[in-house]
Amino acid sequence: MAEGFGELRLAGVTRRFGPAVALDRLDLTIRGGEFIALLGPSGCGKSTALNCIAGLLPLSEGGIWLDDKRIDVLRPEQRGFGMVFQNYALFPHMSVRKNIGFGLAMRRAPKEEIRSKVGAALDLVQLRAHAEKLPGQLSGGQQQRVAIARAIVIEPPLVLMDEPLSNLDAKLRLEMRTEIKRIHNELGRSTVYVTHDQDEALSLADRIVVLHEGKTQQIGKPEELYASPANLEVARFMGYRNILDLDAERVDGRRVALRGAGIAFDGTAQQAIAPGPVTVALRPDDVEPGGTGANAIEARVEIVEYCGRDWLVDLVLPDGRTVYARSSRKVASGASARCAVPPERVLVFPRESRR
Amino acid sequence: MTSAERQLDRTALLALPGILILLLLFIYPFLYGLFLSFEPKEGGGPANYLRFFSQPFLYNTIATTLWLAIPTTLVNVGLALPIAFRMRRNSTWQRVLTTMLVLPITLGTVLIAEGLLTYLGPQGWVNRLLIESGLASSPIRLTHNYWGVFLALIIAEFPFAFLLILSYITGIDPALPRAAATLGAGPGRQFLHVYLPLLAPGLAITFCLCFVQAFSVFPSAVLLGAPAGPTRVIAIAAYTAAFEEYDYSMASAIAMIMAAVQLIIVVAVLALRGALYRGPAGGAKG
Repeated sequence: MAEGFGELRLAGVTRRFGPAVALDRLDLTIRGGEFIALLGPSGCGKSTALNCIAGLLPLSEGGIWLDDKRIDVLRPEQRGFGMVFQNYALFPHMSVRKNIGFGLAMRRAPKEEIRSKVGAALDLVQLRAHAEKLPGQLSGGQQQRVAIARAIVIEPPLVLMDEPLSNLDAKLRLEMRTEIKRIHNELGRSTVYVTHDQDEALSLADRIVVLHEGKTQQIGKPEELYASPANLEVARFMGYRNILDLDAERVDGRRVALRGAGIAFDGTAQQAIAPGPVTVALRPDDVEPGGTGANAIEARVEIVEYCGRDWLVDLVLPDGRTVYARSSRKVASGASARCAVPPERVLVFPRESRR
Repeated sequence: MTSAERQLDRTALLALPGILILLLLFIYPFLYGLFLSFEPKEGGGPANYLRFFSQPFLYNTIATTLWLAIPTTLVNVGLALPIAFRMRRNSTWQRVLTTMLVLPITLGTVLIAEGLLTYLGPQGWVNRLLIESGLASSPIRLTHNYWGVFLALIIAEFPFAFLLILSYITGIDPALPRAAATLGAGPGRQFLHVYLPLLAPGLAITFCLCFVQAFSVFPSAVLLGAPAGPTRVIAIAAYTAAFEEYDYSMASAIAMIMAAVQLIIVVAVLALRGALYRGPAGGAKG
């Protein structure tokens, strides 16, 4: 098995199911050691992309190259990528030790080598005490660790993970997320990680690929996507809970004067904007009731929820639409509030066509 | 007693009709037959059993029946496994084949035997095809001997084996062979290391059920076989005793022996199965 690789290149990877295009021309270059998250809602093509890389689904078009070697023509067993499945797919009739050693046994590794490598993998995922148990006797989190150990013990050039945390409860999910990060830091294996949870993607990935309806929306570092999403789909996924249809009154460079819903304030164009209907994306964190900035909106406070560190505030605009805000101070519900919004945090996009 | 426990008691009453039917239709006739078998026409106590095991004409029927039942069951399970495996992904073909295979079950063994009698006979399609194609110079005897019954059992039992095995195969989480593939197992080793161990208990059950049916073969052994000789199966011996010699006691004894032989084989197969993994065939915790 190759210890690592220079780059894995996906060029125009397309997968159709009958007339439906599940994945549309995905171009992506993964550098050795990189952690890539494929992020998107269910049905966006992220699992299709992963299965295409693993070799479990043939491509309809395009190619995949590992350095100079074309690999999309190889069968999964010839690619040697480790894969962690959503339901773990542990072999129910084999002990934890046998499960982890399966890949090495398939490579006809010597018994001694299997023993020592499986032992090391068991230590890495802290399951040595459970080595002789069957998967059915383990908890969900333990099964998850076995699945990870089984995928990495073969020292694959690339580890593929298909929503590995989605079957775990919230607390365990956080623990395993840290665990995956630790293992990645320790082994430095290139990883492609599929998820629909932006927190997972933001916290784990070096780069995130946002997919929607099979099409690539944006590829970039977590900070880039968080600060400047390329379009509304990415914005929705990055926590821009407020999506408002407004009118652009004046456009001055990137600065856009917005009006509508009984309010008027400035925003920043993310794409080419002409005066007329636009859609605005705004994060609750960037709306500050009682703030002092010059750019502000007037709204009535409707619901205030205490969250420990701050308050979640539901504001009602004069035309009845709701805007979500976060406040570091307690505000009284029913009161009218002037909320400061930094113009550079008001993202203005062309009006999206209604689906 | 808490109310929850009382609730459970009342729920248990629902099993009563089932138990009554079992008592009336199975346990009572079984016990009746058992006692009847120890009241022989001549002699006392175990005379019927002693007679059965002292006359080759009678005790050889066990070997004759096993010689039919075990090979046909093995062939059926052996044939059904690869075909069901190929059909494991839900497809139009799976539905077409499943429908086609249910038909022989619904037709019943007598109709199959009657049909095969002409189909396999000296003037039947099979022999004509063999002669026309030059594979045989004269008709091959396929009826009124061992092979006639053998083929009838294959045709009658194969659908049963196929449908059972198909349901066991489709019960295996398809992510498991995929996981095996990513770990370096080609199709052959996926079958050997993942499918086969998870299927083995189901194969044992299929073997048992097919074997029990084949062991009690009667219509095709009479119609297609040579009931006086090579296919004088144990059911024929019981029939002869009951309806030609009017010795119900002896017939009951033969039925008991038949049950005992089946039980021994089934217990042996299930004991082997006990040594295998018998949990859920899925990956995730249920």
